[in-house]
Amino acid sequence: MASDGCDTDPGDLPVAVKILVAGGFGAGKTTLVGSVSEIAPLSTEEVMTEAGMGVDDTDGVEQKTTTTVALDFGRITMSGSVVLYLFGTPGQGRFWFMWDELAAGALGAVVVADTRRLETCFPAVDFFERRGVPFAVAVNQFDGAHRYTAEEVREAVDVEAHVPVVLGDARLRESGKEVLLSLVEHVIRRRSPALSG
Amino acid sequence: MTPAAGRLDGGAGPLVRPYTMTGGRTRPASGTGLDMITIVVAARRRVDWSRLQPEHARILRRCRTPVSVAELSAQLDIPITVAKVLVGDLVAAGDVAARAPAPAADHPEAHVLQAVLDGIRRL
Repeated sequence: MASDGCDTDPGDLPVAVKILVAGGFGAGKTTLVGSVSEIAPLSTEEVMTEAGMGVDDTDGVEQKTTTTVALDFGRITMSGSVVLYLFGTPGQGRFWFMWDELAAGALGAVVVADTRRLETCFPAVDFFERRGVPFAVAVNQFDGAHRYTAEEVREAVDVEAHVPVVLGDARLRESGKEVLLSLVEHVIRRRSPALSG
Repeated sequence: MTPAAGRLDGGAGPLVRPYTMTGGRTRPASGTGLDMITIVVAARRRVDWSRLQPEHARILRRCRTPVSVAELSAQLDIPITVAKVLVGDLVAAGDVAARAPAPAADHPEAHVLQAVLDGIRRL
């Protein structure tokens, strides 16, 4: 993107990639982002203006509704001038329109599953399967909750055998690291088999 | 405008309609194609601050080191869409240089994937 009078070559800037962190409300999305982020998770908002549905004003003025969606995100600076952003996606179903923009260009996604309410992660799994976005399932083992095996969760969530399912604790960096590694290795296997290993 | 000046309190929401700052524009200057993770940095060694609107100046001051549109939005407490419009103005004027995100979805570049893999391993 060349601009007149610009002294800086954009090619010298870091290039950004993003991974989405999805799951039900309270499953531990922001906790997972915070456990691996180099900055305290930041919160921003997106204002979406949508034309009103079924409105047929005689004066031709469209009615519009404005929705504000909060987004939490973290950052990890990689080698080779690559910066990874992790976006916690809004859990509620009425924010699907936001997921489309978030999913565009995403390297992949982590679906955080809460074993006490496993069904709350199903919409995220469905969304990423439909969109062809590679994802891994992070099973957040809450204190006191029944412990399931990865295979039990895989069967309950009904994901294909190649989708990584990783048990862990969203508060721990090691758990976040493990699921991100599984996801990126999964992405690499999917896209360019020669690279894996 | 400080965040405190724009809100009664955290729950009250912005007092200024979001697009007032952008003169009603909801899309960035044509051709800038900004994403929420587009990385920008101040592009000029010397800046004539007097020709900048206050909201552009606030953004430019935070662009001394490379930063994403999403981070600017969070730091300045303005919605991402508004941040895209204002940053787009600065790109169009040559005040900031911008680098689009890696095209990860369809064709992730091998060196980008490898950098991500190495970076996560170092966590």
